[in-house]
Amino acid sequence: MPILNVMVDSVVPAYVVGDVPHGVVSGALLSALEAIVGKTYVMSTPEDLLVYEYDATIDRARPQAVVLPNTAEQVAEVVRAARRFDVPVIPRGAGTGISGGALAAVGGVVIALTRMKRVLEVDPENRIAVVEPGVVNLDLSRAVAKHGLFYAPDPSSQRACTLGGNVAENAGGPHTLAHGATTSHVLGLELVLANGDLVWVGGRTRDVPGIDLTGAFVGSEGTLGVATKIVVRLSRLPESTRTLLAIFNRLDDASNAVTAIIAAGIVPSALEMMDKMIIHAVEQALHCGYPLDAEAVLLIEVDGLEESTAEESTEIDRICIASGAREVRQAVEQAGRDLLWAGRKSSLSALGRYFPNFYVLDGVVPRTRLVEVLRESNAVAERYGLAVANVFHAGDGNLHPNLLFDERVPGTTEKVLAAGAEIMRLCVDAGGSITGEHGVGLEKRDFMAWLFDDADMAAMAKLKQAFGADEYFNPCKAFPSHRGCGEVGHANLQQAAGRLGGELYV
Amino acid sequence: MSIDLHPEAEPHTHALQDDLSRCIHCGFCLQACPTYLELGLEADSPRGRIQLISALAEGRARPTPSVLGHLDLCLQCRACETACPSGVQYGRIMETARATLVETGERPFAWRLRIAAMRQVLPHKTRLRALIGLLRVYQQSPLRERVRKSGILKRLPGDVAEAESSLPEMPPASFAPTPQPPGLTSAVAMLTGCVMPHLFPKAHEATVRVLNRLGYRVVFPENETCCGALNLHGGDRVFARRLARRNIDAFLSQGVEAIIVNSAGCGSTMKEYADLLAYDDQYRERARRFSELTRDVLEFVAAHDLGPLGEVRRVVTYQDSCHLVHAQRVKTAPRAILRQIPGLELREMDSPDKCCGSAGLYSMVQPEMSQRLLSSKMDDVETTGATCVATANPGCMTQLETGLRQRGLGGSAPHVIELLDEAMRATHGRD
Repeated sequence: MPILNVMVDSVVPAYVVGDVPHGVVSGALLSALEAIVGKTYVMSTPEDLLVYEYDATIDRARPQAVVLPNTAEQVAEVVRAARRFDVPVIPRGAGTGISGGALAAVGGVVIALTRMKRVLEVDPENRIAVVEPGVVNLDLSRAVAKHGLFYAPDPSSQRACTLGGNVAENAGGPHTLAHGATTSHVLGLELVLANGDLVWVGGRTRDVPGIDLTGAFVGSEGTLGVATKIVVRLSRLPESTRTLLAIFNRLDDASNAVTAIIAAGIVPSALEMMDKMIIHAVEQALHCGYPLDAEAVLLIEVDGLEESTAEESTEIDRICIASGAREVRQAVEQAGRDLLWAGRKSSLSALGRYFPNFYVLDGVVPRTRLVEVLRESNAVAERYGLAVANVFHAGDGNLHPNLLFDERVPGTTEKVLAAGAEIMRLCVDAGGSITGEHGVGLEKRDFMAWLFDDADMAAMAKLKQAFGADEYFNPCKAFPSHRGCGEVGHANLQQAAGRLGGELYV
Repeated sequence: MSIDLHPEAEPHTHALQDDLSRCIHCGFCLQACPTYLELGLEADSPRGRIQLISALAEGRARPTPSVLGHLDLCLQCRACETACPSGVQYGRIMETARATLVETGERPFAWRLRIAAMRQVLPHKTRLRALIGLLRVYQQSPLRERVRKSGILKRLPGDVAEAESSLPEMPPASFAPTPQPPGLTSAVAMLTGCVMPHLFPKAHEATVRVLNRLGYRVVFPENETCCGALNLHGGDRVFARRLARRNIDAFLSQGVEAIIVNSAGCGSTMKEYADLLAYDDQYRERARRFSELTRDVLEFVAAHDLGPLGEVRRVVTYQDSCHLVHAQRVKTAPRAILRQIPGLELREMDSPDKCCGSAGLYSMVQPEMSQRLLSSKMDDVETTGATCVATANPGCMTQLETGLRQRGLGGSAPHVIELLDEAMRATHGRD
């Protein structure tokens, strides 16, 4: 019987990812885990596990145990213990991911790294820092600001997401356009491998001799091991930064302005687009001065030397007006720029004001086909009767259509997944890809077949074997369904993917 | 008023369902939550607590001691609301959850006892005065030293010793209105509240003087009562509504321009009377009017020309009271006032809007976490070099004074209005 007897209908989660094949973990494993990290930091009651069954996606999957280690050695011991009992482990940061990467798809032990949040070393001369995986992205930039440095990758969730999670998903952000995604900023990693070994890959400089194992690990979505220390590259805070907000009455004009800016040889540090729905949501949340009657706004930032940003911003202003912008605002001071950015950074979360659920897609298309794919994806949403809000990294051609819905309305989730699959297919057909920065995770693993053939996939599987990871770390993520994952897959998603063609690995 | 623990039939069903559905579990709130920052446990984060409440509502979880423990550890500081882009009304969710747990009898006995005690004391002026009087005698007599030395408190169950040491020092006399200057044309009403006249008479006196100086006569409605915030936060919404109705009756008959309050916690609840009584046909409209008229004194004063101010030579840091900055979203007014005071240097802390651990009754019922938060707050205070920590709520003042005492820093934790009053008085004889 419900305890807070105030709700009429019980809300069944969007789709619980199957029954846990491993059942309840043994008391012996729990005791082993408790011996490693202490009783307080091992959770196993249903109530305790409830809060680790979600991330920022609509999926849910409950682990059988959660353990919160405090040191790399403890992580290694936890991995060894779980291995002894043949239970998979799932590394987890703050649970802010949007591809289901931190979910225990087939149960297992979640290793939550939120206690390992120490900045171990800052070396301002060599511009590097050594951090633990639980350090929050923005906290690192704050910690090094006094040296005139910052950590460049800036996902919208940067004030909550952890660097360990960023490494797993190769997280990007608005400034990826000029600065690159996480992989360009990670120099070395301390890893716990499947056998419990603690090893270092990469180093403290940019070019380390030998095969680039750091590069292979970044973006592997927790399937190869657990990063326990991260050596990151820090960037110098630019001398001057200018932020422009260009306001358009037509979405197409805004898209064309994006292409025109890049074609003019300017590489802004960020080039973001937001459509009407997003503008309304963030304006309500933050009152950042976005005009409510605009169809689209571009948020453009240039940084560098004072002279060059002044020149570039003038040129961008000119191009936007020539492309049909009705107004271009500019902010140079920190406070003004922060206000313009506040809207962008909170845009996804602000959608909760309209609908209880959203499904954010993360497709990439060649920049020149932005207008066309945007129009087509909006048409797909309309055909399914779904509201859609677009906020994305226009400069990278990285689209984020957000399908808005209420999972409590029967049949809606299925529609959303089907529409999402169609939009992903549009991106692939336009010569793009199924993820720009969020990762493949659980949600999109069945779309991998649209991009890679058997041989490609076999090559990736071999790398995984080489790490000794097999299906032991974060099973059923990033790669199409394997044995044991088929029955827990999203039947709806697979159906939709199947209808759209392409071989499925079920 | 009799003790009545039977639930009123109240249609708050949809509010909770809608409130919960707004959370898209993005996690933006995590780093704003003081208890999550201390513990790193999802269950002690706003997102985690919302999940637990949803699960209780859906019958997916039982109210085990562990679940209730996570809900109880919440400060209700509402920093998560400021951080939330989706506009999740976390405070209301937690209040509804606690109220429902109490009303359905799922709360442990101790909780219901506490609720009953609050009902019996806070709104009763004579009982409160008697209690304060006893405390005053205890603190001023040699009895306290003897009790402390005897170690008897440590042998009592619970954290009686900790609670005893966190009790504020009682000033010798309580607040009593005195004659105000003649010729004041405008009038505002002021809530004196339950414990504040006894614990912080100086803040009240300063508030009245400042308002007088700005041209307002201050009215004290005879039938005013406790605002109900502590009841509401503790899960006794039924009683909070009763107090709200009484205050509405008492204040709306005064025909004043504004209802002024200098306790951020009370002000936040008073501004939410409209919400609290949204389903009360008889009071809905008047509750809305009451809420619209309510102003925190700093918010009200900052909108005025403060006139000439004298020097107050002091290095001050400002602690945002949670219910002022997060619940009422008043952030700039107190700072604007402090910056206008000549000679006063305002030095910001790293996290001025993070809870100091006071949080109503929290420091007494969760002394361990309260102390951890106070300690991290005092670290932050110390790096500013300021020993005067200005704030805007009685609970914060008590807590911060304890913190200053513990660190042996001397200094004080006044209400911002006291500093402004000092600056206004420093001009006397010159204008």
